[in-house]
Amino acid sequence: MDREAESAEQTQVHGLQEMTERPKWDNKVQYLLTCIGFAVGLGNVWRFPYLCQVYGGGAFLIPYVIALVFEGLPLLHMELAIGQRLRMGSVGVWNSISPYMGGLGVASMAVSFLVGLFYNMILAWILWYFFHSFQSPLPWRDCPLNLNHTGYVSECEKSSAVNYFWYRETLNVTPNIETSGSLQWWLVLCLATAWCLVYICFIRGIETIGKAIYITATFPYLVLTIFLVRALTLSGATDGLIYLFTPNWETLKNPEVWLDAATQIFFSLSLAFGGLIAFSSYNAQKNNCERDALIVGCVNSFTSIYASIPIFAILGFKANENYNACRNWNILRLTNAFNIADENITLENYGDWLNYLNTTDPSEVDNLNLKTCDLQTFLDQSASGTGLAFIVFTEAVINMPGSQVWAVLFFVMLFSLGLSSMFGNLEGVLTPLLDLHMVPSWMPKEIFTGLICLSSFTVALIFTLGSGNYWLEIFNSYVGSMPLLIIAFFEIISVVYIYGINRFNDDIEWMSGRRPNFYWQATWRFISPFMLLVVFVAYVVVEAEKQPTYNAWNPDYVRKILQFLYNITPYPKWVYAICVLLSVLPVVSIPIVAMYKFTGFLKKYIENRHSQNPYANDL
Amino acid sequence: MLEKILILLCLSSALAEQPCKPDASDGYKVRLSIKTALGDEAYVWNENEMFLFRATLAFAMRSHLNGQEFDVSNIIVCDETPRVTFWFVVTSPLNTSGLVDKGVVEEAIRMSRNRINSAFLLTDKTLEFIGITPTLTAPVNPDTPPWLIVFGVVMGAVGAGIIVVLVSPLVLKKRKKNEETDEDEEETGVKAVENGSTREGVYNMSFSDDERLTQM
Repeated sequence: MDREAESAEQTQVHGLQEMTERPKWDNKVQYLLTCIGFAVGLGNVWRFPYLCQVYGGGAFLIPYVIALVFEGLPLLHMELAIGQRLRMGSVGVWNSISPYMGGLGVASMAVSFLVGLFYNMILAWILWYFFHSFQSPLPWRDCPLNLNHTGYVSECEKSSAVNYFWYRETLNVTPNIETSGSLQWWLVLCLATAWCLVYICFIRGIETIGKAIYITATFPYLVLTIFLVRALTLSGATDGLIYLFTPNWETLKNPEVWLDAATQIFFSLSLAFGGLIAFSSYNAQKNNCERDALIVGCVNSFTSIYASIPIFAILGFKANENYNACRNWNILRLTNAFNIADENITLENYGDWLNYLNTTDPSEVDNLNLKTCDLQTFLDQSASGTGLAFIVFTEAVINMPGSQVWAVLFFVMLFSLGLSSMFGNLEGVLTPLLDLHMVPSWMPKEIFTGLICLSSFTVALIFTLGSGNYWLEIFNSYVGSMPLLIIAFFEIISVVYIYGINRFNDDIEWMSGRRPNFYWQATWRFISPFMLLVVFVAYVVVEAEKQPTYNAWNPDYVRKILQFLYNITPYPKWVYAICVLLSVLPVVSIPIVAMYKFTGFLKKYIENRHSQNPYANDL
Repeated sequence: MLEKILILLCLSSALAEQPCKPDASDGYKVRLSIKTALGDEAYVWNENEMFLFRATLAFAMRSHLNGQEFDVSNIIVCDETPRVTFWFVVTSPLNTSGLVDKGVVEEAIRMSRNRINSAFLLTDKTLEFIGITPTLTAPVNPDTPPWLIVFGVVMGAVGAGIIVVLVSPLVLKKRKKNEETDEDEEETGVKAVENGSTREGVYNMSFSDDERLTQM
C-alpha cells in the first residue's frame, strides 16, 4: 500500500505539471504515421526478404504470422496502452508502475541511445552512395586503373568492382578489428550530414517530427511502388519471384526458422526501445489504442511482404544477367577456339553447338575450361543487410537502363526508412530525460536536442575508423538483440503481474471504451511471456554454441567464397569482453535499481521498527 | 640435274610462303567481331575489306617509321578463317624478304590504334590484335569530385534550415516584445493589481475524476 500511495503521489505531481505543458500530436494521422515509420525500417527491406528466401519462401510466412499474432501484437498493444495511460516516457512509466522496475526505463533509454549511434552510421553510408549516384557512369561499375594504367587494381580484379567500391573506397576497411586505422574524413562528413538531417527534423521533439513524418513515412511506399512496376518488367524478374515464394515446407521442421521468425517480428516492430511508449504518451488519453496497435502491426508486416516483391524481382534480374554473362563468356571461348563465325552461336543454340563440338573434338572443348553456368547458383547468391543494399543491389542497378535514377530513388528510400526509425530511437532518449526534468530550465529544447545529437555524433566517430564496419557489426549483434528480449520480458511481467492485469484492463476500457477480449487476455497473461522466455533461452543457446567470429575483409587472402574475400576470424579477447559488456550494460540497470530501491525500503522499515512513534503520521 | 632444279624450286617456293604462317615469330593474329559490334549494320568481310586492312596497316607503319615507304604489298596476310581471324606479317620496303621486327610493328599499331579502329567502325574490344593489350583510357578526373558538390548542396540546405528554425522563434519573440512595449507606452491608466498567476495554488484532487489513484 505504501508503494501504491507513493506511485499515486508521483503520478499526481506529474499530472499537475504536464497538464500545462505536455506537447501533443496535431492529429491522429501524425501519430499513426510516426509509429508506422518507427516500426518500418531498414530491416523490412533488407532482412525480411532474405529470411523469406533462406527459409523456404512462402513457408516462412507461417511462423512469421504466428509470431506476429502471439508475440508482436500483444506487446505492441501493451506498450502503446501504458504510454497513453501514464503519459510519460519509458523511465517515468516504469517508475509509476513500480519503483523497483524503474531500471527498465533506464535500460530502454540506454539501448535506444546505443542503437541510435550505429543506426545513423548506416544512414551516413546511404548518404555516401546517394552523393555518388549523380555521376555517369556510376563509380561502382568499373574497377579503377592501377598506377601505370596497364590494368586494373589487383584487389578490384580479385573481387569485383562493387565489392571494391564498398570495402575500399567507402569503408577503407582494415584487415582486422585490431587495426583501427584512422578517421576516414569522407565518412565523417557523411556522418555529420546525417546527424544534421536528423537534428533538423528532431529539433523540437514531436512538433517537428510530426511535420517531417508526412514525407519520410510515405515516400518509401511511393518508391517501392515505382520499383515494383519497373522490376516486374525486367527480364528474369519472374525467376526471382518464383525462387522467393516457392514454399519449401521442409524448413518448418528446423527450430531455427521459428526462432528467426520470432526475433524478426520482435525487432521489426521496434519493441522495448521505449520509443513507442514515448510516442503514445503524447496522445490524448481517450484514444482507441487497440485499433492503433493492430494498424501498426499489420502495416509493418504488409510492408515487409510488399518490399520483398520488387527486391526479389530485381535480384532475379541480376541473377539472370550474371547467368547470361556466364554463358556468353563460354560462347566467346568456343567461337574463338574453333574459329566459328561471329554470333553464329547464340544463347538459344548454345546447347546444340556444344554437343556437336563435343562429339567432333572433345579434347579441345575440355581444354577450354568452360564455366558451368547454373541459374540456381546465381539466385543463391543472396545477401542481407548492408551486403544487399551496397553490393548486390548496386550491381543490379548498373545493368538497368537509366541507372542513376534508380540508384538515387533507392538510396533516398533507404534514407527515409532509416530516418523515421531514428526519430523513435531519439524520442526514446529525449522523452524520459524531459520527464525526469534533467534539462536545466534555462536551456531551450532546441539546444538540448542539439546536445544529444552532438554527443551521439562524437561517440559514433568510432564507426568512421578503418575498422568501423566491424564495430558496427558488434553493436548490431550484441546491443540490438539480447538486451531487447530481456527488457520486453520484464515489461510484460511488470504490467501483467506487478501493475495488475485487471487494473490494466480497466485502464484500457476507460481509454478506448472496450474491455480487451479473450485473445488479449490469453496472450498477455501466458502466451507472450512464455514465448518471450523460450525465444530468449533459445537465442542464448544458439549464440553460445556459435564461435564469436566475424568476417574480416582481407585483400591478401587468396581463397574466394562466392567472390567475397572473407577471412573468418575469431574476435580477440578484449573485443569479446566489450561484446559481453554491451549486452550486459543496458540491462544491468534493472537489478541495480531494484536493489537500490529495496535497500531504501529496508532502511525505512528498520527505522520504523526502531522508532515506534505512535504519533507518526507517515507509514 | 632436273631433280636438283625441282628441289630448288620447291625449296624456294616454300621459302616464299614462309614469311606468313600461323604462330609466325614476327607476325600478329588479328580477330574481328563485326556482327557483335554493328549488329544489323554489319558489313560482309571480303577481299575489299582485307585490302583496306592492309592499306591501314601500311599507313600505320608509315606514320611510325617516317621515311620508309610502306606499301600494301608489304603487308602479307594468311590463314583466314570464317571467324574472321587471320595472321599478318610486315615486310620491310627496303628488303622485301626481311620482316619488320615484332616490337616495331606493335609500337606502330599502338600509335595508330584509334585510326585503325575507326576505319572499320570497330573498337578495341571488337578489333583485337592478339598480344597487343590496348592501353586503357584514363578515367576522367574532374577537379572537384561530383559527390562533394552534392554534399555541399545538401549541407547548405540543411544548415540554412537549422538556422531558420532556430532563429524564427527569437524573431517572433522580439516582434511580440516590440508590440507589447508599444502597448505599455499607450496605457496611461492605473495598472490593475493582478491577482497572481492562475497557476499558483493547490490543485484540489477531490474533484478529479481520476479515481484510479485513490485506491487504499
